Amino acid sequence: MSDIVHPGGEYELHQFIAQAAAAGTTLEIGGRGSKRDIGRPVQAETVVSTASMSGITLYEPNELVISARAGTLVHMVEATLARNKQQLAFEPIDLGPVMGEPEGQGSIGAVFASNLSGSRRILAGSARDHFLGVRAINGKGELFKSGGRVLKNVTGYDLTRGITGSWGTLAVMSEVTMKVLPAAEAVATLVFEGLTDDVAIEAMCEAMATPFEVSGTLHLQGELVPAMEMDALGKRGQAVTAVRLETYADSIDERVRKLSRAIAEFGEPKILNDIEARLFWTNARKLQFLQGTAGSLWRISVAPRNGARLVAAITRRLKCRTAYDWSGGLVWLIVDSGRDAGATEVRRCVGEIGGHAMLIRAEPAIRSAVDVFQTLDSGTARLAAGIKSAFDPEGILNPGRMYASL
Amino acid sequence: MDAIALPEPREDIIARREEIVRKLKTLVAPDCVIDDETGRRAYETDALTAYKRLPLAVVLPSNTQEVSRVLAYCNENAIKVVARGAGTSLCGGALPQEDAIVLGVSKLNRVLHIDYQNRTARVEAGITNIAISNAVASAGFFYAPDPSSQIACTLAGNIAMNSGGAHCLKYGVTTNNVLGIKMVLMTGEVIEFGGEALDAPTYDLLALIVGSEGQFGIVTEATVRILPAAEAARPMLLGFETSKAAGACVAAIIGAGVIPVAIEFMDRPAIEVCDDFSKAGYPRDVEALLIVEVEGSESEIENLLTRIQQIASFFEPKVIRVSQSAEESAAIWKGRKAAFGAMGHISDYYCMDGVIPLRKLADVLVEISRICTEHSLPVANIFHAGDGNLHPLILYNANDAEEASRAEACGAEILKHCVKVGGCLTGEHGVGIEKRDLMGLQFTKIDLEQQMRIKSVFDPNWLLNPAKVFPLDGREMP
Ligand SMILES: Cc1cc2nc3c(=O)[nH]c(=O)nc-3n(C[C@H](O)[C@H](O)[C@H](O)COP(=O)(O)OP(=O)(O)OC[C@H]3O[C@@H](n4cnc5c(N)ncnc54)[C@H](O)[C@@H]3O)c2cc1C
Repeated sequence: MSDIVHPGGEYELHQFIAQAAAAGTTLEIGGRGSKRDIGRPVQAETVVSTASMSGITLYEPNELVISARAGTLVHMVEATLARNKQQLAFEPIDLGPVMGEPEGQGSIGAVFASNLSGSRRILAGSARDHFLGVRAINGKGELFKSGGRVLKNVTGYDLTRGITGSWGTLAVMSEVTMKVLPAAEAVATLVFEGLTDDVAIEAMCEAMATPFEVSGTLHLQGELVPAMEMDALGKRGQAVTAVRLETYADSIDERVRKLSRAIAEFGEPKILNDIEARLFWTNARKLQFLQGTAGSLWRISVAPRNGARLVAAITRRLKCRTAYDWSGGLVWLIVDSGRDAGATEVRRCVGEIGGHAMLIRAEPAIRSAVDVFQTLDSGTARLAAGIKSAFDPEGILNPGRMYASL
Repeated sequence: MDAIALPEPREDIIARREEIVRKLKTLVAPDCVIDDETGRRAYETDALTAYKRLPLAVVLPSNTQEVSRVLAYCNENAIKVVARGAGTSLCGGALPQEDAIVLGVSKLNRVLHIDYQNRTARVEAGITNIAISNAVASAGFFYAPDPSSQIACTLAGNIAMNSGGAHCLKYGVTTNNVLGIKMVLMTGEVIEFGGEALDAPTYDLLALIVGSEGQFGIVTEATVRILPAAEAARPMLLGFETSKAAGACVAAIIGAGVIPVAIEFMDRPAIEVCDDFSKAGYPRDVEALLIVEVEGSESEIENLLTRIQQIASFFEPKVIRVSQSAEESAAIWKGRKAAFGAMGHISDYYCMDGVIPLRKLADVLVEISRICTEHSLPVANIFHAGDGNLHPLILYNANDAEEASRAEACGAEILKHCVKVGGCLTGEHGVGIEKRDLMGLQFTKIDLEQQMRIKSVFDPNWLLNPAKVFPLDGREMP
């Protein structure tokens, strides 16, 4: 689009936002636009993108730290890390394909702006947990920094993590610094077939309670398995429950053996070898199992124990297909029926059972009409409004993206 | 030590002390208000003992409702409130003021609910750090952040300071292990954020609250992550002729893709004091000692320790010793965890908490030594090497006012240098009053104003722990 402003660097970005702040111009903030259709549609006068602000600015493998300009492609950061056998341990997901966009287009700034972490989050923590430092411009047009480039830092309030997941509504990041970790030498995955949702969740939680550092637990209902396009997953139509182990090469076999024994009550698992397991989790990271689905897509965070119960409650009224990541703590729900993307029903069930839901994919008209993010209780809503105004008093950054009033 | 100015107390509040105490006794059980001077003296300082202020009164509520009533009353009457856990803060974070009440959460110490399937524990915030691990140990679980003060310090204090510990290299610090909290705002309103779900539904308020040093509200409950304990763990000792070799060895271990659960560093003065105190059997003829601990099954531990020894051999260690028994492992950790206490036995000390990029380690240690020599004060260095978090302990005589202020100046110089080489003022102890006036070294006016505006969202009248964190000048407060 020609009307998108692309500052070439932090200085330009700062100048541009300062001018917008002075003039009261509202701005839609984007990285590379891969997540543009997520959230409420923003009505802003100008679109500004960090896509031209690219490049690694610091990388110290021995100190487990990397910094990059906000518009740097995630896969460029990861490729740089891979050369030193390191990785972003929170395994950022790629929403591109399910949003009908090409894969690999996401920017590193957007990863932190959305805090959408992948399967390894359950062991290693989320994007937010690996976020060490940020340089950003607030809605007053001021450049500020928080955190730094060292792994431990409690100097002042943690604004770095505080702006994670704020979808560009608090500040525009110009540069981010994150913790990195060694990539595992070896991967294997235990696959159970045909488990019901609640038994699968039990199996996944039990696996997580062992000392073998399970680094991913994903349960796909049978209808979602074919999209993974993996022969190793066997008969079509059977649900698949995958439990990942990652460790040193000389430990992997021992861990596979011990874990299989520890959760033997759920049956004898098929073992995906290193190559198959890597492929499975690479596909999981881009939500391959949701490929080809057309309905509205919800992402629900819930206590793992309650995942299956929540989905059962929702499916009593709506036709859905479901995948459970994080041992049941993260539900990907495709709603194939209902006028409002199932919002009324999803929100009602979440209200009863607990957790919170975000509408990831739906028609713009629906995203404008229903709450895309979790509806907040009044105390939290007041504090959230206060935080918004502490960063962006005039509300020029991504107005309405998260909530109509923020 | 006297370099840090404290605001003039409000005489009008102090004059109302009796009335305030009377009122407080109607808000909580009367025996939960301490108003006699001897009783209050016990709360006049924390582990930064050079600074002391007698509070108006001390209140020890037994539940969230009482906390709420006390705060609402204080808010209406413009009475300042200093939250307190166990008072082990090393930066004066829990230091009272003459015109403030201390609100201690030590009575809120129950475990409320343990959920092994979700791997969470719901506890009251005044519980000690170690008590959480103890409560889940029989099921093979533990609570990961392990400050050396864990026997005494409370989860509330850990949340306020975002505390760390030796094993945080692998498991993260407090902010990575807290999933939800219940907190009372100064108005008395009780709010809850997070819980058993892993992500935040809106802005990550939890991230802002952890590390807010008691300035946002009083935390009364929390949901924390509990983790299954490893099959086994074993430390090894690596002794080197120079700090430079030890630092390079740490970088090489991490660079080779091995993340031990802990890598702790001690220099010669620290080794001697800790070994004398705990009889840990540390080698005495080395300049730098690393404690490196790995976890896993017996065979995994063997493999990892072999890898680490191979890496270490490039740096010509004088000593390589793998613990041979559970007793020996316990002794090795006892020496490290008792380090501050051991130092306290031989001298008063002033503990720094700067963080540096690891590759600057050798240069920074030389500079620390130069700064301390210049101030004519001995120093011992103990730190979390894996993440560059230094704890230089400056030894001084607290009864000698001149020496005490020299120690303070010396510490400030060290922290300045940490910031200069790309690090920060504090890695886990917090800013408190101690580093308040140094904040300008690390942050611009705009950075600090952005933080202060957040403070004002939670506590618009700046009544909670007001003298801390931000320099007294340039505050955006009423
Ligand atoms: C020997 C020794 C070793 C130590 N080792 C470590 C270490 O390894 N790692 C580390 O990180 N720290 C360490 N510390 C520092 C200290 O133990 C930590 O900062 C600890 O978290 C403080 O906990 P506390 O309960 O004593 O809190 P306090 O000292 O009582 O208070 C600390 C801060 O928390 C606030 N606060 C207390 N309760 C609440 C509440 N309910 N709501 C809101 N705010 C509250 C207070 O206002 C204050 O600002 C050590 C201290 C000592 C003395």
